Amino acid sequence: MRLKNKDLLGLQDLSADEINLILDTAIPMKDIIKRKIKKVPTLRGRTIVTLFYEPSTRTRSSFDLAAKYLSADTIGISASTSSVVKGESLRDTARTIEAMGADIIIIRHSAAGSPHLLARTVGASVINAGDGTHEHPTQALLDIYTVREKKGIVKGLKVAILGDILHSRVARSNIWGLTKLGAEVRVVGPSTLMPPEIERLGVKVFTRTEDALEGVDVVNVLRIQLERQQQGLFPSIREYARLFGLNKERLALADPDALVLHPGPLNRGVEITPDIADGTKSVIVEQVTNGVAVRMALLYLLSGEEDSHEVTN
Amino acid sequence: MKLLIKGGLVVDPLGKIDPAADLLISEGKIEAVEKDIKYDGAQIIDATGKMVVPGLIDMHVHLREPGFEAKETIATGTRAAARGGFTSVACMPNTRPVADDQSVIKFICERAKETGVVNVFPIGAITKGSKGDELSEMADLKAYGAVAFSDDGFPVSRSDVMRRAMQYAKMVGLPIISHCEDKELASDGVMHEGYMSTVLGLKGIPAAAEEVMVARDIILAELTGCPLHLAHISTVGSVRLVREAKARGVAVTAEVTPHHFTLTDRAVAGYDTATKVNPPLRTDMDVAAVKEGLADGTIDVIATDHAPHTDEEKDVEYQYAPFGLVGLETAVGLVFTELIATGVLTPVEAIKKLTVNPARILGINKGTLAVGADADVTIIDPNIKEVVDVSQFETKGRNSPFIGRKLNGLPVMTIVNGNIVMHERKIIEK
Ligand SMILES: [Zn+2]
Ligand SMILES: [Zn+2]
Repeated sequence: MRLKNKDLLGLQDLSADEINLILDTAIPMKDIIKRKIKKVPTLRGRTIVTLFYEPSTRTRSSFDLAAKYLSADTIGISASTSSVVKGESLRDTARTIEAMGADIIIIRHSAAGSPHLLARTVGASVINAGDGTHEHPTQALLDIYTVREKKGIVKGLKVAILGDILHSRVARSNIWGLTKLGAEVRVVGPSTLMPPEIERLGVKVFTRTEDALEGVDVVNVLRIQLERQQQGLFPSIREYARLFGLNKERLALADPDALVLHPGPLNRGVEITPDIADGTKSVIVEQVTNGVAVRMALLYLLSGEEDSHEVTN
Repeated sequence: MKLLIKGGLVVDPLGKIDPAADLLISEGKIEAVEKDIKYDGAQIIDATGKMVVPGLIDMHVHLREPGFEAKETIATGTRAAARGGFTSVACMPNTRPVADDQSVIKFICERAKETGVVNVFPIGAITKGSKGDELSEMADLKAYGAVAFSDDGFPVSRSDVMRRAMQYAKMVGLPIISHCEDKELASDGVMHEGYMSTVLGLKGIPAAAEEVMVARDIILAELTGCPLHLAHISTVGSVRLVREAKARGVAVTAEVTPHHFTLTDRAVAGYDTATKVNPPLRTDMDVAAVKEGLADGTIDVIATDHAPHTDEEKDVEYQYAPFGLVGLETAVGLVFTELIATGVLTPVEAIKKLTVNPARILGINKGTLAVGADADVTIIDPNIKEVVDVSQFETKGRNSPFIGRKLNGLPVMTIVNGNIVMHERKIIEK
C-alpha cells in the first residue's frame, strides 16, 4: 500500500488506512533511532528542503534529523513572513527550490493554505509542517503514534484536547486523525477560543474542564499563546490557569492510566502544572522521539520507495 | 444608418412584453416598437428566439482608473461590460486619487468618452479620501456627473459622519450607497466565519459584521429620510432587516451579486484566492435567503461588484490576497443559469433588477425600450451554452471563480446609443 497523494497537506485528506500505514512504518523507524549508528541509506541521493517562514527549532530539527537518518541531503531555507508581504512570492521561491532539484519540500508558514499553493506550483512532494491555524499533520501523527504505542489501540479511546482550540492547528489535525481512527474526541477551552461549528467535526465541545476530563484516556494539552490575552480573547493568564490549567485535581478525574501529551514548548504553571508535566503520566519527552520516527516514515513513504526491506536491514 | 431588430421577444419591464415584436433604432434613439416593422435600408438583425431587453445596467463596478491601471482601465472595464451585455456601468470611487472631488469625476467622464465603449456613470465618495471623517463636496460632485455617493471598499464607520452624509446627500438629491461592514467585527477575517473557516483555519468574518451595519444604516435612513442603497448584501439577517425596513416604508433598496447567489463558502476549500471577496461567500442558508429576497422583491438589484486584480496580487497565500473577483462577463449567464432556469425569478423580474431598478435608484434616464428613449439594447440568447474561458475575457482581471463553469443564456449583442458594440460574444472594433 502507498499514500494516495504526492503531498501531505493535512490529515483531513488521509484515510484511516493511510494514517495506519504511516504509523506502522514508523515502528521500524523508531528502531533505527535507538541504534548506535542511526543511519540507513534509504534516501541516499534525495534532496529534502525545509522551508520555514515561521521559526520552530523543534519541528525543523525533527524533520532534519529524520532526513539525515535516512541519508537524504537536506538544506534549510528560512524566510520571514514579512518578506512575503513585501512581495517575495511563495510561488517564486517554490520554483527556485524546485529548480535546485528538491524531491520533498517541507513548509512551515503562518498563512493557512500555503502548502496547498506550494503543492500546486511544484512537482516535488510537499509536507505541511504547520500552516497558520489550519493543520499540523505530523504533530498529530506523532501524538497518535504515542497514544497507540502506549494504549495498543486508538479506537474507542476518549481523548480530551484542552486549551486554545481556535488557533490550534495541532487540535485540528488531531481531531481529523483521531476521529478517523475511531476515538471519541472532546475539546475544551474558553468559549472565545472555540472555533464556530467545531462540533460538526464530530467532537464534543466543553467549556468546563472538569466535565471534559471525566474518564478520559488521553489529555492533550495545548500551548496557550500569551498574546491572546492582549488581543482580548480572555481576561487574564491567571483566570485561564484557574479555569483551564491541567493540575493534579483535574487529572484525577481522568482514567487512572490516562496519558498527558503536550506539543511543547510548555508554559509551566499556566496550561499545565510542573508536577504533571514531569509526572508519570506525561509522555511529553517520548513525543519528541516519536516525532522523528513518524517523520522518517513519512519521508520514506512520500519518496516512493517500494522496497521496505531496505529500511529494516 | 437605422437598425431594425426583427422577431425577438421584446422585454420592456417598464412597459409591456411583446413576443415577436420588432424594434427600430434611429439616430441613437428607439424609434418604434411594433409587430412587423418594414423599413427599407435599415440594417436588419434577426432576433428570432432571442430576448431583446433594455441595455443592462451594472450599478456597482470597479474600473480602477485612475490609479490602478494594471488591474483595469476604463477602456478594458467597459469592454468587459459590453461583452457581458451591459450598456451602462456605475463605477465606485475607490481609485487613486479617490473620486472625492470634481477633477476626478471630470477625468472619469472624459476618459469614458474617449476610451469607453459603454456609458459610464461615476459614483462620488461620501467622505474625503473615503477616510470616513469629512464629507466630500457632494453638490460639486453631482454638478460634474456623480450619480450617487459611496465609500465602497470601506464602511463609513462613524455613525455621526454617516448621519450627516445622509442629511447632506438628501439635500443634494442623490442616494447613499453603503458598504455595510463593521471593521472591528470583521477584524482581519478573510472568509465567512463558520464551519468552513474552522476546517480551513482561516480567520472568519461573522455575518454580524455586515448585519449590524445594515441595521445601523437603516436606522439612519429612517432618521434622515435619505434614500439608502445597500451594496452587496449577503446574509439571512441582512435580507430580513431590509424586508422589515421596506415594510415600515423606509427608503431603502438593496443589491446582491451573482457570486453571492451562486457560491457558498465551500468554494474556498482549496484556497483559490478568486473566492476571496468582501463580503465573503456565505452558507447555503444565506444563499437561500438571498434568493428568497430576490424573488419577493426585497432585493431590487443584481450588481456584479466587478473587482479586477492582477495575477501577481492574487497568486499568493489566501490571507495576503486582495478581496474581489471579476463579474461583468459572467453575470448574465449566472442570472439565467442560477435564477431563471431554476425558477427563482421570471425573465422579466430578472431583467428588471438589471435595468429599470438600478436606473431608478441612480436617477438615470436608462433602462427602458420606450419610444424616444436612448437606444441602449441588449440581445440575450437564452439557449446559448458556453464554458467560462478566461482567455476570452475583455477585463484585465483573471480572478474569476467561475472559470470552467458551464453557463446557459448569454448576451449575444450589445447596442449602446444605437451602435453595435458587441456581437456574437465579441467586441466590435471601431
Ligand atoms: Zn463594497
Ligand atoms: Zn465594490
